[in-house]
Amino acid sequence: MNHKHLYAASLFVFTLLSPPLQAALRILACEPEWGALAQELGGDDVSVYTATTAHQDPHHIQARPSLIAQARRADLVVCTGAELEIGWLPLVLRRAGNPKIQTGTTGYFAATDFVALLEKPQRLDRAEGDVHAAGNPHIQLDPHNILRVAQALGPRLAELDSQHADQYAQRLKDFSQRWQAAMGRWETQAEPLKGMPIVVYHRAWTYLNHWLGLDQLAELEPRPGVPPTSSHLAEVLDKMKAQPARAVIRAPYQDQRPVQWLHDHTGIAMLELPFTVGGNAQAGDLFGLFDSTVQMLLGVQP
Amino acid sequence: MSRSITATLACLGLCLPLPVLAASGDELNQIRQQMETLKRAYETQIKALEERLQKAESLAEENRAGLNEVANAPPADSGGDQSSANAFNPAISVILQGAANSYSQNPDDYALPGFQLGDEAGLPSEGLTLDETEITASANIDPMFYAQSTFSFSDGNVNVEEAYGDTLALPAGFGMRFGRFYSGIGYLNQIHSHAWDFHDSPLAYRAFLGGQYGDDGVRVTWTAPTDLYMMFGAETLAGNNFPGGESQSVTGDVQTLFAKFGGDVGASWAWQAGLSALLANANNRSTDNAASGANTVFNGDSDLYGADVVWKWSPNGNPQIHNLILRGEYFYRDESGKVNVSDGSNDGLLKYNGDQTGWYAQAVYQFMPQWRFGTRYDRLTSDNHLNVVSLGGFADANALIQDSGLADDGHDPHRWSAMLDWSPSEFSRLRAQYNRDNSRLNGTDNQWTLQYILSMGSHGAHLF
Repeated sequence: MNHKHLYAASLFVFTLLSPPLQAALRILACEPEWGALAQELGGDDVSVYTATTAHQDPHHIQARPSLIAQARRADLVVCTGAELEIGWLPLVLRRAGNPKIQTGTTGYFAATDFVALLEKPQRLDRAEGDVHAAGNPHIQLDPHNILRVAQALGPRLAELDSQHADQYAQRLKDFSQRWQAAMGRWETQAEPLKGMPIVVYHRAWTYLNHWLGLDQLAELEPRPGVPPTSSHLAEVLDKMKAQPARAVIRAPYQDQRPVQWLHDHTGIAMLELPFTVGGNAQAGDLFGLFDSTVQMLLGVQP
Repeated sequence: MSRSITATLACLGLCLPLPVLAASGDELNQIRQQMETLKRAYETQIKALEERLQKAESLAEENRAGLNEVANAPPADSGGDQSSANAFNPAISVILQGAANSYSQNPDDYALPGFQLGDEAGLPSEGLTLDETEITASANIDPMFYAQSTFSFSDGNVNVEEAYGDTLALPAGFGMRFGRFYSGIGYLNQIHSHAWDFHDSPLAYRAFLGGQYGDDGVRVTWTAPTDLYMMFGAETLAGNNFPGGESQSVTGDVQTLFAKFGGDVGASWAWQAGLSALLANANNRSTDNAASGANTVFNGDSDLYGADVVWKWSPNGNPQIHNLILRGEYFYRDESGKVNVSDGSNDGLLKYNGDQTGWYAQAVYQFMPQWRFGTRYDRLTSDNHLNVVSLGGFADANALIQDSGLADDGHDPHRWSAMLDWSPSEFSRLRAQYNRDNSRLNGTDNQWTLQYILSMGSHGAHLF
């Protein structure tokens, strides 16, 4: 190896090993909705890496090497909490060798700490399926929850990066105003959806139902987290004959076949709602997520 | 406000035991000047602080005005039952494993020609059997430490399989583990048997690591601050378990080094590759040769080098419906030392220098939710140089070498395996497995296994 090669090689190794020069606050978001929110509130002062996409089930993510590498350098992790990420996040945090983001530190932010959870189980028994002791963690489809989380996340960003505290406060104020205006619009638009009967794949739409007053008649999963069985689908089918639903709703990461089956047997509309940011072309950010969700639901109204 | 603070400061200044009595007029003037400077400095600072406070108050006011949502939000501590003392109990899981095994050859004389096997490297017993019952407790101890212990129970025995502490607060990507734990070498070594993709361990693990190598010691790891995952680790371990023998050195007789690299390729692929080395100084490592019934004692160096790679695929990174895992590991071992062979009446000594390799490759595919099919191929080769130091009563060199179990006889142990498993939930798995095992010289062993794995309680995250 001549000197030039040696120089080039050591330069390469240094570039690889040295931390990047940007001073932005590094955020590791567990789910796309929190990644999008962190970006709204952090703007140019943060760099956000989102661990999962809308096509992945946040319950079932592997503690991949790439996630450990991101956690190693993160200044803040923004996750749902309430045990949604229990199958992978604790391991990622422990393996990262990064004391800034361990549970209980300022660098660890769990959105469900700032929201009242629904469906807190009366008793815990795994025979009931994949139940979460703290309550249903899929909080992102009630826009009021997004605002509550934003109001906690904004000050957290300012606390971690006090140099830019004014900018974070300004962005939070700006976001809150735009969000409240948008909520007003969605709520007016969604007025006709009140009481609309629906069937869902997984118990992941509770907060949407709660917000819009949708009437959930059945779930395709016999128990939360247990894939639909033919006997349970037959039960749902019977129920639909007595009281038909307007739509059967699933997230992009859920199996389409049971939904298709129910559609084939009943003619009930199939609705693949975005579920989170990136779930369809329109749901490019948080505003698009709710625009799309409300519009798609209105689309199956008679 | 600033005035009263200044006054307080001035008063404090006067009350301080200044050496006033001895002070001349010049000195008094100096002191007055200094105090004046101090006062001005404080006033500027206080003014700046007041301005910041006012600004913050007005911002907060503005936020509050725009956000009547705050009133609706629950207090931050309403997340769960954190006040209950019970919540501080460690996460506990109990794992039940059992199997029915059938072999076409006698499992009691199972051996890998050319390799000395550690205590736990034999076949699981034939017929209906309770494999292992495991209890794991884990918790964050405080902001500094995480700890985990795993006890395994079998009839009449309780084993402390793992009991270690991990640091949580070391800076700059460093981490430490201390206590008893499975070494970080290779891929499968750290993974508990209930999370394996097959019922049994690869032949290379049987031959080189006594099934799975765990010991008492200390590990230090460092994770690089890069997008590409790079982790480097080193351990020093007592060396009480195979491939070690009896620990003699205070600093441990087994040292390991390992590095892991990993990343994603698009959303659908994730990979990890590793390199490792285990350098053991084995003292009086005793093994029994099941084929000959002789006992052997090895003294010398056992150095193992390995490379491992894992590829995982799932459409868009969603493994729920379909996913594929490809994995392979390769090991090379260099052993040299002296082997004492004893069959009860005779006691011979061999000089032994072995070059051995072992590898396996496997693929596991989930073809529909809950159902997976997998296949695996294993192979071992050995090139052992044996010289008789003393026959010690054995008839000839050949008899001594045969009894040592180190004669490879030109045979490479190899095996094909296929498995099918069904997992109704994350907490249960039923598996059927077939091995076409050509470990032994004398023909094929057809091995069938039906297995169940049930886990109660909390179920921690699995390694990648």
